[in-house]
Amino acid sequence: MEYNNNSHLPDGAENQKAASRRNFLKNLGLAGVGVATGAAALYSGGIFEAKKEVSGDSKVLLTQDGKLVRVDSLEIKAHEKSGEELSESLCRGGIPGRRWVMVTDLSKCRNARRCIAACQEAHQLRPEQYHLNTLQIQDTPATAPYHIPKNCQHCDNPPCVAVCPVDATYKRPDGIVLIENDRCIGCRFCMAACPYSARIFNWLEPRDAAKYQDKEYNAELNVPQKLGTVSKCLFSADRLREGELPYCVSACPNGVYYFGDENEDSVTNGTTRETVRLSKLLRDNGGYQLMPELGTKPRVYYLPPKNRLFPFENINPETPEKV
Amino acid sequence: MEDNKPTFDKILNDLTHHIRINKGFLLWMGFLSVSLLICLYAYSLQLKTGLGVAGIRDYITWGIYLSNFVFFVASSLIGMLISAVLGLIGMKWITPLTRIAETIAVAFAAVAGLVIVSDMGRPERLAYVFIYGRAQSPIFWDVTVITTYFVLSLLLLFLPMIADMAIIHRKSTSLPGWLKPVYKTLSLNFTDSPEQNKIINRCIRILLILVIPAALSIHTVTSWLFAVTSRAGWDSTLFGPYFVSGAFVAGSAAVIIAMFFFRKNYKLQDYLTDLHFSNMGKVLVTVSLVYLYFNINEFLVPGYKLKRADAVHLHELLAGKDALLFWLVQTGGLLIPIILMMFKPFRKPLPIMLISVAVLIAAWIKRYLIVIPTQEHPFLPIQHVPQNFMHYSPTLIETLISIAPFILVLIIITLISKFFPVIPLHETAKEKGIEHIKFD
Repeated sequence: MEYNNNSHLPDGAENQKAASRRNFLKNLGLAGVGVATGAAALYSGGIFEAKKEVSGDSKVLLTQDGKLVRVDSLEIKAHEKSGEELSESLCRGGIPGRRWVMVTDLSKCRNARRCIAACQEAHQLRPEQYHLNTLQIQDTPATAPYHIPKNCQHCDNPPCVAVCPVDATYKRPDGIVLIENDRCIGCRFCMAACPYSARIFNWLEPRDAAKYQDKEYNAELNVPQKLGTVSKCLFSADRLREGELPYCVSACPNGVYYFGDENEDSVTNGTTRETVRLSKLLRDNGGYQLMPELGTKPRVYYLPPKNRLFPFENINPETPEKV
Repeated sequence: MEDNKPTFDKILNDLTHHIRINKGFLLWMGFLSVSLLICLYAYSLQLKTGLGVAGIRDYITWGIYLSNFVFFVASSLIGMLISAVLGLIGMKWITPLTRIAETIAVAFAAVAGLVIVSDMGRPERLAYVFIYGRAQSPIFWDVTVITTYFVLSLLLLFLPMIADMAIIHRKSTSLPGWLKPVYKTLSLNFTDSPEQNKIINRCIRILLILVIPAALSIHTVTSWLFAVTSRAGWDSTLFGPYFVSGAFVAGSAAVIIAMFFFRKNYKLQDYLTDLHFSNMGKVLVTVSLVYLYFNINEFLVPGYKLKRADAVHLHELLAGKDALLFWLVQTGGLLIPIILMMFKPFRKPLPIMLISVAVLIAAWIKRYLIVIPTQEHPFLPIQHVPQNFMHYSPTLIETLISIAPFILVLIIITLISKFFPVIPLHETAKEKGIEHIKFD
């Protein structure tokens, strides 16, 4: 599977610039070359109709829901992203045929925290709010310390989902655990139940609340963040729907993250864009899960901090200011 | 007292003379109302700004709102112990205490429901618990059983009062005029006929049996809010009985305190005698010993193994940051009261009331120690967050909001005890040998 490695997020100003450029081109097109294009379209349409009758060879393709189909090669058209809004059922249904999985290589993490910055930017989080946090860990006094990027583990047996009283947090068929912030009552039972401390809460008005107040809520992005509700890592479900890698995965400069589909047994490194076999990667590198003894069945695997590529730098793990 | 039989009129007067609006009552209610308004103002600030006005943050996400909730559910359990357990095994001395116990049960159960709303990030979505309720969530079970227990307790408070109200509105000369129609309506045309008595007694008996599993459920399910997680300090199969036994300790203490003040303020010395205080002292010792037994299990067993997360938790609790509070609660609220109450002089009304106050305060702090320290050391370290995310301390607004439920409980108990007889009149009269009360 191929992904676009587009880590850059256009901000408001660039959006506007792009929009005015498009408007200019549109006007130019209407005024100047409108007639010519129209004629060309009619002509090529005529040719297409004619060619369709003499059917060519066919190709075997994989559909979105994982079925193999045979399609005439002339019938194949480039996929256009639909502009339709994300309905609740579409969101809860997940992305058909997928089982998303993440592999985090601890030998490569040097605590650059670029993943965190990209994540906080995408999900409109305050500096002390983490969907993803890099922790300094030393398992025993004799073993070496290392940095571990810790996000929601998207457990297949999620304790948070079990305890939610209103079905606001749920497990999708594609493996992602999501939150519907329009339904969350803010009881924080899910936060108490999560052994990975992966969930955060909007204790106060979210970052830039006024700026985003009219923006339509997207459950696959948890944006805009909502006061008095829980938020957490979503495996960038919005990006996956667009066929792109998660924000953190694309932002990492050190090749820490692999992301992909368990069904296809392939994961793609966000930095090198190299796609490898998931099973082989885990087998060859001693892949493991966080606290598997709890029976949560995480969808995030870790590769041990062996032969670390970077020296361990001890940084002050506290941010002083009070929030 | 048994020797010279009191007349019916004396009993009627003794048990109902306090039912009137006087200066003391107005002052007390005025004080409670003003205090409540201040607390409600604090809550309005929380509604406007968000839960962030409290000291709770991402890691210690449940604070004193939740420990308060556990405390209120705990205190409400006593209604079941006194009326149902002691009543059904035939203890006669509990008659004058049943209404006090049921009043406490109703007040604390009703307010427990409100306490939990103050801990919601989105209180306006409370109805979602019923609209989208999921049967697998312990919160859903808790809402169900607390509502059930509240209704059963309310019925157990009301049904034995029907006869009392029927008598009083007919016989009493001191009952305020505006209360007469209320009593008349609520007494449902009761005329003390054998048939009516049979129906009421049967209903009460059924309720007394039903309320036992309901009461056990409310605190067991409340303990499961913690015990269903994997966290050190909460991950315990003992939590249900541990919580229930602790609840009986808190509730017995609350009943003794209420008995003391009703006896003094409403001049009920002839009905709430030293014997009642002594017996309640014995009840408190018994339930405290059971609670002590569960405490030993709860701390000794994980302490023996010292699994990594348990070791950190137990160290902080027994010898670290929370050690002072922990040992204060275990000695001042459990060990010392048990020893003192074994001696008769300490079961006199004043000493046992003071001991009960200590026990009740300790019971509140114990809930704090159950809820908060566990969250301060999760499995993975708390890093890269502000200092106030790592250590919990309640804010002023949060404290005021947490005081509001206590004021509400006092208001409910005051209103019920002030406008209805604290001691069951009909039953007391019958027990004192007055066989038939004439209904005109």
